Amino acid sequence: MIVASPKPIAELKDILERHDKVLFVGCGTCVTVCLAGGQREVGITAYAVRMARKLAGRPIEIEQVTIERQCENEFIQELAAAAERNEAVVSFGCGAGVQALAERLGDKPVYAALDTQFLGILEEQAVWTEKCLGCGQCVLAAFGGLCPVTRCAKRLLNGPCGGSTPEHCEVDDDRPCVWQLIYERLERIGQLDRLDEIVPPKDWQPSWSGGARKIVRQEHRI
Amino acid sequence: MITPQADSPSEDRSTWQPEIIAFCCNYCAYAAADLAGARRMQYPPNVRIIHLPCTGKLAMEYILAAFERGIDGVLVAGCLEGGCHFQEGNLRARRRTDKVRQILDEIGVGAERLLMVNLSAAMAPTFVESVQKILQTVRDLGPNPLKAAGAAEGDPAHKGAVSP
Repeated sequence: MIVASPKPIAELKDILERHDKVLFVGCGTCVTVCLAGGQREVGITAYAVRMARKLAGRPIEIEQVTIERQCENEFIQELAAAAERNEAVVSFGCGAGVQALAERLGDKPVYAALDTQFLGILEEQAVWTEKCLGCGQCVLAAFGGLCPVTRCAKRLLNGPCGGSTPEHCEVDDDRPCVWQLIYERLERIGQLDRLDEIVPPKDWQPSWSGGARKIVRQEHRI
Repeated sequence: MITPQADSPSEDRSTWQPEIIAFCCNYCAYAAADLAGARRMQYPPNVRIIHLPCTGKLAMEYILAAFERGIDGVLVAGCLEGGCHFQEGNLRARRRTDKVRQILDEIGVGAERLLMVNLSAAMAPTFVESVQKILQTVRDLGPNPLKAAGAAEGDPAHKGAVSP
């Protein structure tokens, strides 16, 4: 899922400086699961922003709504009337959600309430870690299902660097060395021989290097 | 941090009486408050107790809503650490109150207005002391600055808001 974190209230207050009536839009998918932009987080942030603005002598009126997914047009359509009633829209979605709202609510300013972080998973309650860069050409098959492109700080493809230890990465003591994990995993599944192969430099062309990517799948077009 | 600009209280400080809300766990603070009453211990009448099944039930929104409505101080009273009837409700409440304290500081209301204490059902004197402590803190700080900013003029309209 996409993991995001809330912006500081002071930053959000500054962003909304020129508006007195805004619509806060939560998203019911990834950012709800990562406790950053769901119905409850929208409510908590609304309390804080309202109070901050009252104290600044410029009260703000905030309408709140949470839709199923901000990255799909059919859900965004539900917002049209509410957006019309307000001066601006504040999206609690990921970067894709914010831009989807901005593109579809043409004449309304749309602002981001979150800082979108990464594609990751929940490790334990309220702890998320990054697992995928979205590099466009998945190499997980060669590495026992663990991604060195994302999880090795140096993006090494042919074994660990000299600074790592079996316990942790050289860059961060709190982070395991993914190459240690890859070795243990390949050993466990009986595929250590995969490490005998020299992996050529990664082709970054399918990645972001050429700007925003687009996928068209003709078999599904109508 | 956002510095409040509205710093003059709307009511006269000499006649102002702080309004305190105490969120009390059923198994400790609520019983301690009851015991304080049974033992005829005196504590300030400014406090209004809200009975919770456990401080783990305390949502951050409850505290923020209280402050937005003009309450001057909030006391959260849960069981002693290790003594929660639901294992760790009081520990969760501690983390949530810490977060709300951070928000209160950020927006200029002030973290000091929110106090969490841990006590057992037998600790009536501690309950009384905690009430006196938050009351004194709030008296020193003055009224909730949101009152001066017009927050206490009635419940704010929260279009689309849901109860936690």
